[in-house]
Amino acid sequence: MEQYINLFIRAVFIENLALSFFLGMCTFLAVSKKVKTAFGLGVAVIVVLGISVPANNLIYHNILAPGALDWAGFPDADLSFLRFLTFIGVIAALVQILEMTLDKFVPALYNALGIFLPLITVNCAIFGGVSFMVERDYNFGESVVYGIGSGAGWALAIVALAAVREKLKYADVPDGLRGLGATFMSVGLIGLGFMSFSGVSL
Amino acid sequence: MANAKEMKSVLFGPIFANNPIALQILGVCSALAVTSKMSNTLVMCIALTAVVAFSNLFISIIRNHIPSSVRIIVQMTIIASLVIVVDQVLRAYAYEISKELSVFVGLIITNCIVMGRAEAYAMKSSPGMSFLDGLGNGLGYSVVLLVVGFVRELFGSGSLFDVQILPLVSEGGWYEPVGLLLMPPSAFFIIGGFIWVLRTFRTEQVEPKE
Repeated sequence: MEQYINLFIRAVFIENLALSFFLGMCTFLAVSKKVKTAFGLGVAVIVVLGISVPANNLIYHNILAPGALDWAGFPDADLSFLRFLTFIGVIAALVQILEMTLDKFVPALYNALGIFLPLITVNCAIFGGVSFMVERDYNFGESVVYGIGSGAGWALAIVALAAVREKLKYADVPDGLRGLGATFMSVGLIGLGFMSFSGVSL
Repeated sequence: MANAKEMKSVLFGPIFANNPIALQILGVCSALAVTSKMSNTLVMCIALTAVVAFSNLFISIIRNHIPSSVRIIVQMTIIASLVIVVDQVLRAYAYEISKELSVFVGLIITNCIVMGRAEAYAMKSSPGMSFLDGLGNGLGYSVVLLVVGFVRELFGSGSLFDVQILPLVSEGGWYEPVGLLLMPPSAFFIIGGFIWVLRTFRTEQVEPKE
């Protein structure tokens, strides 16, 4: 149990997907103008990461990994070179299924997440989370915790940035720096703040 | 085939006038983490430029045969296959660097520049021009990345391409390295500064007041 808590804390704070690996930056910068929309997107990312990381974990360890096809009579098969193609397909399919399921059974949530769900397919945070799961060789339990944790970290970062940007609207920024430039600088400062967590040893 | 002037503007336009990172906020995602060393940055730039150029070329060749309802999937498949090729080449010929780039080679798939150019340009243009457009956007991305990588490696560890330029204090020289530049947040400051400089000279890119 303790290792799961450690993994969760590490995924949220120390190895924050947005601030220390720069993942999901496009949407991170584009959708962080208002706290409310940022929060909606953050929740959507948590949901999608929480489902797609464990799902890809199962697929990788049962089909793609070297020797994983033993159960089907191909002990020598190594399909790991197909993993990028498979992961992106699985993520796209999952997002689509999630969208249809929510539309049918939880319309309130579907309306709240609305436009953000399709956007998430091409969000590098999802693909990055899945790739890290493979690279670090997490087992199924760890992958569930890592998926939810890294999603929560990303959501935390985008809500924090949106809050800063809402206040920054009233600041008198030099012309060339207004908008995108100032946003980059703010992300840098938030990142510096998050670096203080790297001193936490687990 | 289009005339020489148009080709030139397609190839060189994205470098400063319409830079994908500084102006369109595309492709920042997988980019910044690889810029702490010039050698990694250069490999990443070459990989991305190759993928954008060829994905534009192939998508443009078959653009009249792609049904518009499944075009995203078709584009994704082409891009993912190209990235697999790049990844396997890197593993074969530059194993050390491919280990250091770790997941970021795979992340070229979700790099918005590749998808963005395929959707916005390659679907409507001839193969030759699309190839040039991909090349130009890859170069625009590379310029920003190489500037960031140059600053981070030169001032962060006193070297370029792993060759020591500024002798470090710890090895008897005079240069005290700026450790902050090797940390992730510094890349944001450098890109912010880059945008500031770019927009000071090209005032038409300044964003209007809200």
